[in-house]
Amino acid sequence: MKKVLGIFLLLVFICVATALLSDRFLTAFNIENLIRRSALFGILSIGAAFVIITSGIDLSIGSVVCLIGCLLPWMLVECEMSVPMALTMVTGISLLIGLTHGLLITKVKLQPFVVTLCGLLFYRGLTRGLVKDQTQGFRGEFSSLRSLSQGQLAIPGTDFGIPNPCLILVFVAILAIILLNFTVYGRYMLALGRNETATRFSGINTDRMTILAYVICGLLSGLGGMLFVLDVGSAQPVDFGNFYELYAIAGAVLGGCSLRGGQGTIIGVVIGAAVMQVLKNTITLVDAIPTNIEYAVIGAVILGGVVTDELVKSFAAKRRSKLGK
Amino acid sequence: MTESSTVPFLQARDLTKSFSGVKALRGVTLEVERGEVHAVIGENGAGKSTLMKILAGVQPQDEGQILIDGLEVPLKGVDQALEQGIALIHQELNLADNLNVGSNIFLGREPTRYGLIDSNQIYSEASKYLKMVGLEIDPRTLVENLTIGVQQMVEIAKALSVNARVLIMDEPTSSLSQLETEELFRVISKLKSQGVTIIYISHRLFEIKEIADRVTILRDGENAGQLEKDAITHDAMVEAMVGRDISQFYSRETRELGETVLTVQALRTQTWPQHEVNLKVRAGEMVGIAGLVGAGRTELLRAIFGVDPSSSGMITLSGQSLTKYNCRTTINLGMAMVPEDRKSEGLILETGSRNNIGLPGLDRHRINGVFANAAKEKSDAERMTGEMRIKTAHDSQPVQFLSGGNQQKVVIGKWLSMNPTILLLDEPTRGVDIGAKQEIYRLMEELTAKGVGILFVSSEMEEVLSMSDRVLVMHEGRIAGELTRDTASEESIMHLATGGQPSDLMTEENN
Repeated sequence: MKKVLGIFLLLVFICVATALLSDRFLTAFNIENLIRRSALFGILSIGAAFVIITSGIDLSIGSVVCLIGCLLPWMLVECEMSVPMALTMVTGISLLIGLTHGLLITKVKLQPFVVTLCGLLFYRGLTRGLVKDQTQGFRGEFSSLRSLSQGQLAIPGTDFGIPNPCLILVFVAILAIILLNFTVYGRYMLALGRNETATRFSGINTDRMTILAYVICGLLSGLGGMLFVLDVGSAQPVDFGNFYELYAIAGAVLGGCSLRGGQGTIIGVVIGAAVMQVLKNTITLVDAIPTNIEYAVIGAVILGGVVTDELVKSFAAKRRSKLGK
Repeated sequence: MTESSTVPFLQARDLTKSFSGVKALRGVTLEVERGEVHAVIGENGAGKSTLMKILAGVQPQDEGQILIDGLEVPLKGVDQALEQGIALIHQELNLADNLNVGSNIFLGREPTRYGLIDSNQIYSEASKYLKMVGLEIDPRTLVENLTIGVQQMVEIAKALSVNARVLIMDEPTSSLSQLETEELFRVISKLKSQGVTIIYISHRLFEIKEIADRVTILRDGENAGQLEKDAITHDAMVEAMVGRDISQFYSRETRELGETVLTVQALRTQTWPQHEVNLKVRAGEMVGIAGLVGAGRTELLRAIFGVDPSSSGMITLSGQSLTKYNCRTTINLGMAMVPEDRKSEGLILETGSRNNIGLPGLDRHRINGVFANAAKEKSDAERMTGEMRIKTAHDSQPVQFLSGGNQQKVVIGKWLSMNPTILLLDEPTRGVDIGAKQEIYRLMEELTAKGVGILFVSSEMEEVLSMSDRVLVMHEGRIAGELTRDTASEESIMHLATGGQPSDLMTEENN
């Protein structure tokens, strides 16, 4: 809980600082947009978190976002599929991608980094070939489907509303919290992320749990890709979802997941993802920060976050060993 | 030169060494002459490896001196030992198998030319040393393509390339075939004739009889005698190794045994596929598996439990016969295993006793099919912590901060919460203090009284002798013999464990 508090305070600090430095931050439009973006990246980060908790990694998230983001309008517009059919297809493809990653990692015993790096290249190339580098859009149709991303739940008595992606994120996060903290499967994932051998020796099918983590990540990447394209309205196969895996992983790490595995909370990850988006917003809005150093700022904040975390940990360990003596 | 005839070439005087309070060496003396093959033997834990590591500079002694030609030499580090010409050939080979033979021989001492590695010189020099050990291989061969026996020769060549005068060989034949062993012995004789001194450690007493000029015997970290060439016999060595009165620190009463709870039939492990293992454990019975390190005891337990696949064979558990199975099946049928290495195989070090104890039971106690039963986990952990007197600050204190004994109790508790009918334990008291040891023995006793069958592996003689209703002695992957409470003694176990025939045992007893 302390860890979540730390990242939460960081989020509050960045928000307050930005609000003081720019009068455009606290406008209804900006806040609503920020919440929507944070929610979308939050979904990706939760997927990344499951994989990282089992001490794996998924570098293909951005390319899966691209694949699904281009396939959905392509199926609906070019192939004239029905909406339920197209949704079933993209869900099935996302699931299959996660399953393939999981099987390659557990049964063929390939390294997660390698498998998903190949995925990163493969899905992007596949998408570009399939749609011949043409931008895929909804051509102004499917407005009810697009309201899944664009709509909002009005808060009675105000002119403010909660963007739908935020509601979806809350739903996903609650499911993820239940899965990770209250079911046996979550416990198995946490255990195997720490010590795979001891977990296997306890009679647990560790392979199946690892596969489950990659399936969850694949599904959430697909869901993210779908919501992103519904929000924006069109997707360019060349750069749609570029670097999203890095934002997703950074959000998870900032939110308390260790790449060594076995640790992380969903709330922390959601806040971590939000920090990334607020930070991007800050750089855009605050005139004193040149926009072209965006990546440097984000990189520095993540580094600062994990260094602080390590320092706090080693300080706590020292204090503990002193108390022990 | 006249001096060297009176003063031993290499001398270790009154060496002591403790590891976190446990004395591994209590004043050991070793005298080795130039150009002899000097064997050092002793039971598991007698202090052989510690002595060798001190001589090779791997770890410093607490007290005592090491002298060469009567002069004290400092051995603070492997480099200093090498400077004195002492090289250790490890039990586990220390070659970088992704590099070729020549590069391995000159690793860290590469000859250079214009600042670049001089490969030609490496290969020509390497060939010279390879010839000295009778190897006719191209020094450009990758080490990973060589057999273990040849790799061993390469390691010896490497030692010779630093002008080693003393070669320490720690169990050099443990993974060699018969032919490779003979080849090694030829090389040893050749080196001996060139004035190289060999200190040879082995559990295989027959080999020692064949090649050793003298034998030093260690027991419990002390000298237990020395045998000259003519006096080296199998019996004399065994007697010197074990000749100690066994303190009756725990004596087990004989009790009524129940039904057979575990039957192992024609099981072949992947490490020793050439031997079949058969055994039975009855309810309330405590069966000890004795044998030397590397005899295949751990492999057998792991294959029975199902964490490692067996190459063939069948086990029968709770009336069900299993051939292809994994540990999920055996756990569900009431089996449990406390593994040898609790830190890597038994515990999740960063989490507390509650989660560790609860882990195997999560599956069984699921609520509505998917939810973890946190209340049951907590109550199980509380019960086990109380019953086993586990000392922990609270149930989420990471178990890495607990003492070895308490860690082991957590591992045992984790399985007892599953109410097993058969419990496998691999070195149940390794690295735990005497108090915790007694508690673990008491616990094993209570479990058998309740009708649990126990099959345990131990390298501690007292433990095997005092706890077991029956002792199975393993030697090189097979059960070399079975001893009852009446026939089991340190001598009989060592006899079987070192490759002696059960029939010889009978005649010895008749004498």
